[in-house]
Amino acid sequence: MNIQLNGKLVELPKETDSVEELLKHYNLQNRIAVVEVNKEIVKKEDYQNKSLANGDVIEIIHFVGGG
Amino acid sequence: MLNIAHHTFKSRLLLGTGKYPSFEIQKQAVEVSEAEILTFAVRRMNIFEDGQPNFLEQLDLNKYTLLPNTAGAKTAEEAVRIAKLAHASGLCDMIKVEVIGDDRTLLPDPIETLRASEMLLNEGFIVLPYTSDDVVLAKRLEDLGVHAIMPGASPIGSGKGIINPLNLKFIIEQSKVPVIVDAGIGSPKDVAYAMELGADGVLLNTAVSGAKDPIKMAEAVKYAIEAGRLGYEAGRIEEKDYAVASSPVTGMVGS
Repeated sequence: MNIQLNGKLVELPKETDSVEELLKHYNLQNRIAVVEVNKEIVKKEDYQNKSLANGDVIEIIHFVGGG
Repeated sequence: MLNIAHHTFKSRLLLGTGKYPSFEIQKQAVEVSEAEILTFAVRRMNIFEDGQPNFLEQLDLNKYTLLPNTAGAKTAEEAVRIAKLAHASGLCDMIKVEVIGDDRTLLPDPIETLRASEMLLNEGFIVLPYTSDDVVLAKRLEDLGVHAIMPGASPIGSGKGIINPLNLKFIIEQSKVPVIVDAGIGSPKDVAYAMELGADGVLLNTAVSGAKDPIKMAEAVKYAIEAGRLGYEAGRIEEKDYAVASSPVTGMVGS
């Protein structure tokens, strides 16, 4: 499956088909992060159920230093 | 005590978390500053590179209240999107509205700031807009129901200090919500000045992170906050044009 992730086109393995799997794939499951799929924020409790589709635009964001 | 909506803080210093020389120095600077509110920006995670340390993840989040900003937004809609992303972390209910209208001066866009504040208030956020030192705009923001007003002292990161103390004084006098002087602070003198004018708090970043010794400067601004606040509460003397002797003018020792 091909998705656009944080501005980059990436190909995901077939089993990486949910937000939860995506975070595991990038080893981010224990990080402080927020996920947006096609400009809609996915709640943490929905990570397992939110399935990904070809062509999805996904943003994984976090807090960085700023004033 | 600084009260913002349902939050109460002992410290009147709000500290930015950008551009420190190292995490170790930053941790110590934050610690000695005794700031309880830390600002952050919301950005894409750098997931394609390993081992990117993240300052926030090293913090004891029970000790600090996070104030994410909407930096990067140029429209109200972009600011709302960033605010919602920040809120979805489950770590914060306050948002610093920052909608920049000009890339060279980084001055806030007054119209988009007002719109974003209104939209975010409707969404239930605790809204702290970074605004210019425009007195009427500050009033309009307060009328919307924002929870604090954050007028800039001078352009972000410029270190020019307070360039329009009269406007800040007017804003402070008219506001019933806390006024936090934000942006442009260069040194402890500026911090003390803002507090002497009656500001409820000061938000700064580069003044500490860019100092030769950020840890020492963090301590200095902490004292400046306290000194300025005490001075404000004590009530300063009136300025006069000519001297008024402090020593008795009678009983001079004869020649």
